Amino acid sequence: MKEIIHATGLVKRYGEVVALDGLDLSVREGTIVALLGPNGAGKTTAVSVLTTLIEPDEGTATVAGIDVLSDPAEVRKLIGLSGQYAAVDRDLTGFENLDMIGRLYHLGRKKARSRARELLDRFDLADAADRPVKTYSGGMRRRLDLAGALVAESPVLFLDEPTTGLDLISRRELWRLIRTLVDQGATLLLTTQYLEEADRLADDVLVIDKGKTIAHGTVDDLKDMVGGERIEIKVTDRDDLAAAHEILENAAVGDLQGDERSRTVVAPVSGGTRELGEVLEAFESHRVRISEVVLRRPTLDDVFLALTGASAESSEETPAPAKPGRRGRGSR
Amino acid sequence: MNFLSALGDGLVIARRNLIKLKRVPEVLVFVLLSPIMFVLLFAYVFGSAIDIPGGSYREFLMAGIFGQTVVFGATFTGAGLAEDMQRGIIDRFRSLPMSRAAVVFGRTASDVIYNIITLTVMATAGLIVGWRIRGSLLDALAGFLLLLLFAYSVSWIMALLGLSVPSPEVLNNASFIVIFPMTFIANTFVPAESLPTVLRVFAEWNPISSLVQATRELFGNIPPGTPEPASWALQNPVIYTVSCACLIIAVFAPLAVRRYIRVAKKT
Ligand SMILES: Nc1ncnc2c1ncn2[C@@H]1O[C@H](COP(=O)(O)OP(=O)(O)OP(=O)(O)O)[C@@H](O)[C@H]1O
Ligand SMILES: [Mg+2]
Repeated sequence: MKEIIHATGLVKRYGEVVALDGLDLSVREGTIVALLGPNGAGKTTAVSVLTTLIEPDEGTATVAGIDVLSDPAEVRKLIGLSGQYAAVDRDLTGFENLDMIGRLYHLGRKKARSRARELLDRFDLADAADRPVKTYSGGMRRRLDLAGALVAESPVLFLDEPTTGLDLISRRELWRLIRTLVDQGATLLLTTQYLEEADRLADDVLVIDKGKTIAHGTVDDLKDMVGGERIEIKVTDRDDLAAAHEILENAAVGDLQGDERSRTVVAPVSGGTRELGEVLEAFESHRVRISEVVLRRPTLDDVFLALTGASAESSEETPAPAKPGRRGRGSR
Repeated sequence: MNFLSALGDGLVIARRNLIKLKRVPEVLVFVLLSPIMFVLLFAYVFGSAIDIPGGSYREFLMAGIFGQTVVFGATFTGAGLAEDMQRGIIDRFRSLPMSRAAVVFGRTASDVIYNIITLTVMATAGLIVGWRIRGSLLDALAGFLLLLLFAYSVSWIMALLGLSVPSPEVLNNASFIVIFPMTFIANTFVPAESLPTVLRVFAEWNPISSLVQATRELFGNIPPGTPEPASWALQNPVIYTVSCACLIIAVFAPLAVRRYIRVAKKT
């Protein structure tokens, strides 16, 4: 399959802060790639470079083979963007916003109008279509902005945290819409904080932290990378947490994760159901009562925490070079 | 990007600005009420206090008020652009395959429409308080066109300023400091000859003076027996005004567009 977005060695500095630190990225045609990373990882900066909004200090990038730096005007013809912050005109109505965007994509007057109405329907904004956007709720603005990205049926789409602030129904609806678009041949790069979203949608996941790619692969690849399975146990009595930790420590192949409030302990294991049986026996013999037991593959949450755990906690405004290793859990 | 599609993009933006005119009441106040206020204020406060031999001061004033108001109105172009640059929509424009000049062209174009509305309102208010066009209708129309052309050229100066200041408020204050004296050290409200020497020389070559002189002549509002003005600029006010307007556009339009592209690229 053809590569449609390609970037090598992207560097972007803001004074002391290194937003992108040699980022490489590659997206094949007709796939969905999710950029994951803690706050400040450089996701928005990467999207801004690829959509011609900012110029990197170093590195090169192409979209559909066109150089983002030397021919931004051509790139803009091929892309649809919905940024992290809704870019709509608050004094115009929803319809006027989309109609204007269509005209600026040079769809022609008739096409722009019909496309605007169609998208307003799709995004459940038909009732509010002729109201000024300043009367919209946050989620409605978000939806309008997303509609803006889809006006021209662009072959390459960039959505920066598309479902942040959307309710469950809108989110599901958007996922369906995105899948349809991609099935029809579009390519999508999205950033998200919802790992379920990446799990559901993404063919490939790119985990970035401090402006660098730290992991890359399919969701399954990443889960395999973190390895094995997880036993998750919720004890009935909070006082038993220490005992639960002790028991699971013996079975675990890596660090435990625990949460006091929900009275759960999660242990990475490698022995499957046999291991689970032994663990349960141990709980029984120590008379520790259990209210929930789960044996599961690692989720993307586990992957994310394992990969970025240390930095999610300490990265806020620290321009220091990336230090590998993990320290506690993410604070997000 | 060919010229026609750039023009089309500019019109799309101009249309958007005009839609906003309907929606934002403050704008309407600026475009409609303040010109009416100017006409009434000047007509009744100064118009009745000062006499000029052989004519009506109120009539003499009107071209000055028109000129001052449309030149001040150009501030609007700059403030509008400064505000646009602060709003999220600019990020949308930056990612669209539209002409880079469209945002600035569209803004200056929609401000011509603002000025047409303003002039219509002011002329009506003027007619009500006793101003009359004494020349031919065609000449009067030429007078209005000249006002629009000159205001359009000042729009480009303001566009450049609007893209260079951090916020619309800064622009409003800064332009007041520049435009206010420019419109007063001129023949807008008093004949240039009555000013002290240094100011007189400035006033005689101030394009706002020639603009007002030209419209005054085209409206037939120069009282008979008024002495011939001293400077070439005021003797040939139409040519001088048109030349100044063209020169200003030729210099400031490219600067403003370039400035927009630079500002839009950052952050
Ligand atoms: N205009 C700017 N000026 C200064 N620093 C900036 C600017 N834009 C981004 N940064 C810095 O660059 C880094 C990466 O920012 P970016 O917005 O790309 O993060 P992100 O991954 O999108 O985060 P989030 O999940 O919070 O949206 C941050 O440390 C941020 O402070
Ligand atoms: Mg971001």
